[in-house]
Amino acid sequence: MLELSAVNSFYGKAHVLNDLSFTVARGQVVALLGRNGAGKTTTMKSIMQLVQPRSGKVTFQGQDITGMPTHKVAKLGLGYVPEERRIFTDLTVAENLEVGRQPPRDGTYAWTTDMLFDLFPNLAERRGNRGKALSGGEQQMLTIARTLMGNPSLVLLDEPSEGIAPVIVEQMVNVIKTLKADGLTVLLSEQNLHFARAVADMAVIIEGGTQKFNGTLEELNAHPEIRDAYLSI
Amino acid sequence: MGLFIAQLLTGLANAGALFMVASGLSLIFGVTRIVNFAHGSFYMLGAYVGYTLIQVLPGVVGFWGAILLAGLAVGLIGMLVEILVLRPVYRAPELFQLVATFGVILVIQDLALMTWGPEDLLGPRSPGLVGVVRIMGEPVPKYDIALLVITPFVALALWYLMTQTRVGVLVRAATQDREMVGALGVNQAWLFTGVFALGCGLAGLGGALQLPKGGADLMMDFNILTAVFVVVVIGGMGSLPGAYLAAVIISVLNVFGVTYIPQSTLVLMFIVMVLVLMIRPYGLFGREEVAGEHGQVGEPERPIKPAGLQVRLLVAAGVAALAALPLYGSGFMQVLTTDILIFCLFAASLHFLLGLGGLVSFGHAAYFGGGAYVAGLLVKHAGTPMELAFILAPLGAGLGAFIIGWVCLRLTGVYFAMLTLAFAQLLWSLVFQWGEFTGGDDGILGLWPAKWLSGTTPYFYFTLVFSVGGVLFLRHVAHSPFGYALRAARDSERQAEATGINTRRVRMLAFSFAGFMAGLAGGLFVFSKGSIFPNELEITRSFDALIVVFLGGVKTLSGGIVGAAFFKGVEDVLTRFEYWRLAMGLLIIGVVILAPDGIVGTLRKWAERLGVLKRAEDES
Repeated sequence: MLELSAVNSFYGKAHVLNDLSFTVARGQVVALLGRNGAGKTTTMKSIMQLVQPRSGKVTFQGQDITGMPTHKVAKLGLGYVPEERRIFTDLTVAENLEVGRQPPRDGTYAWTTDMLFDLFPNLAERRGNRGKALSGGEQQMLTIARTLMGNPSLVLLDEPSEGIAPVIVEQMVNVIKTLKADGLTVLLSEQNLHFARAVADMAVIIEGGTQKFNGTLEELNAHPEIRDAYLSI
Repeated sequence: MGLFIAQLLTGLANAGALFMVASGLSLIFGVTRIVNFAHGSFYMLGAYVGYTLIQVLPGVVGFWGAILLAGLAVGLIGMLVEILVLRPVYRAPELFQLVATFGVILVIQDLALMTWGPEDLLGPRSPGLVGVVRIMGEPVPKYDIALLVITPFVALALWYLMTQTRVGVLVRAATQDREMVGALGVNQAWLFTGVFALGCGLAGLGGALQLPKGGADLMMDFNILTAVFVVVVIGGMGSLPGAYLAAVIISVLNVFGVTYIPQSTLVLMFIVMVLVLMIRPYGLFGREEVAGEHGQVGEPERPIKPAGLQVRLLVAAGVAALAALPLYGSGFMQVLTTDILIFCLFAASLHFLLGLGGLVSFGHAAYFGGGAYVAGLLVKHAGTPMELAFILAPLGAGLGAFIIGWVCLRLTGVYFAMLTLAFAQLLWSLVFQWGEFTGGDDGILGLWPAKWLSGTTPYFYFTLVFSVGGVLFLRHVAHSPFGYALRAARDSERQAEATGINTRRVRMLAFSFAGFMAGLAGGLFVFSKGSIFPNELEITRSFDALIVVFLGGVKTLSGGIVGAAFFKGVEDVLTRFEYWRLAMGLLIIGVVILAPDGIVGTLRKWAERLGVLKRAEDES
């Protein structure tokens, strides 16, 4: 469904992604793992074309999206949940969702605000509140809900468990499982295995922008030395 | 009491047009981050287009229809401007776009002159609303009452659009984080175009609505621009209720000002602005601008380095060629070169502040003109010898800059820029209205250099020494530890603070120093012309410097000088033609689009591509 082939991305002179290649198949949840600074966020941004790869190719549903304007990438059905959340703090919860709203595409789920409020009951209570009044966990849920409003077929989740309370992390795990059951494809990035273990089928480990491992979670569990070398424990 | 209420109503009526123009500017800035200098021009266009349409369309329906159509037409023109002029430069460094909008001002000025001629057009009366109503015995024009009623409806419609519709939600979201809006599948390009068109349409509507009160003339663009900026800043950039409240405050105060303290009119709104910003640094309803919130655009800055041997030789050869000018150039050439040299120094002083300090001053003419006036006033009132007056010019300007900088540097970004503009305007109005001391509009005449400097050639050499010396000194300071500290404060204030740099003190010094050097240029100027007039303190003078610095290249050390020399030279040629503004405006827009790194930056890129210069990447 999503394929990166030999992607190289730079910030100015800094070479951040080095010949990165991996695929995400339909219906899978793939965990992109690596330490702080490994290039996970840059990978996400390179897929969304927020950072344009200097070489290599990104294809989504068979279509080359390299160099495409970000809004067109999003319209194709790629949903992006950034690490910094970036909710619109001056807008209410309902308005934040409105910004994300896009008509459903063929074969995707057609989300409504009510369905999302069922999925995230905390948000329902706060629909009239401004984004800046939300807690960190609520903000994280809002970013996911906002992205789902665009009815994406693949969601990029950049470090969804970062900086939120364990009880909320638990909720996030459930949400991702629900979404997966509904047929959504997910690429999520994490620094450690705990979250990935709960939801992911496949894992890709990167270090210094280079791929170090690509396989199922079972394979990764069978090789603790890989985990010790590239992930924080 | 009757008079009081009548005046209050007039003030409120006047607030209408001001609010519409200001809310348009505010919207555009909020979403696109463009300070649209051309906003006054769209207001002027609205008046002219409305005038023509009213001539064609008959009756009451025709009158109001014409006003609406004028707003619509100006909105369409704004859309064209956005697509043709601004779209190509969104990726350029922040604030570069304002140079393009300055080009638009010049183009619209000449197009209006061509279409409607130089005479002021008398405003048509509104059918059915001629004459006055008496309120407690005082006459209030009926049309004022109409404006009083219309403005809240326009405000309400805007409020509805912004808060109750999807478009409004998207616009507000984009104001905060436009990249994220794009990542959610919204095409920002059309959002930008739409907002720009809406903003311009509002300005056009404002221009057409005030026709019965003020008619249409070619000065309207600059005349309203300052007031609009002031309103937007007082209200808070991007806030519609703020713009409304500020427009009312300014208009009402103005009406009372005219009645009770007529000499205050030019100064009043700036005093209000200064007071408001002292208490609320981001305007009445404004939000703090967080640095980097809107994402960095453009390439990272290259480090500057001392000139290599090649460049030094080139500069030495250039100076030598200049020094030999009297041997081969005519007297006129020497006068022109003197002008250019002075302007170069002035531009270089602003470039120092803007390029190295990241401090965008919209009012740098205050120090240029200020220095000139210090010298002029000393000669006129104290009989000071020219040499001493010349030395005191930069000192006076530097001291002025120190005081103004002390106040302005509490703010950052656009608010800082607007406050510097306010102070420059304050100084200008002071000089303009204090006739018995400054000569007012008639200026000060008979300010000639000392005997040993009189004559074109000696003064040319005098200017050469101080301009080249001044520019070299500015360069030297840029490479000094102070210059490093200044750039550190520009690039990361917190990091600089953590390193032990007192960023406020560094900026204060830089601001004073830039003022000092501008004052030096002013001192050179006043004795080269033998006179000084208030227009050397005007906004247009500040903008001239700003434009050449941007066009020359903010990120290159020589940008200010190259831009100044290039444009002063071009201006000299172009002003011989009738429609020189059109040509100049198109030239500015062309440079902005074709050379987004400025003239110097773009030339350097080309040279690197051709292999004449080494690439920056290869050096590390």
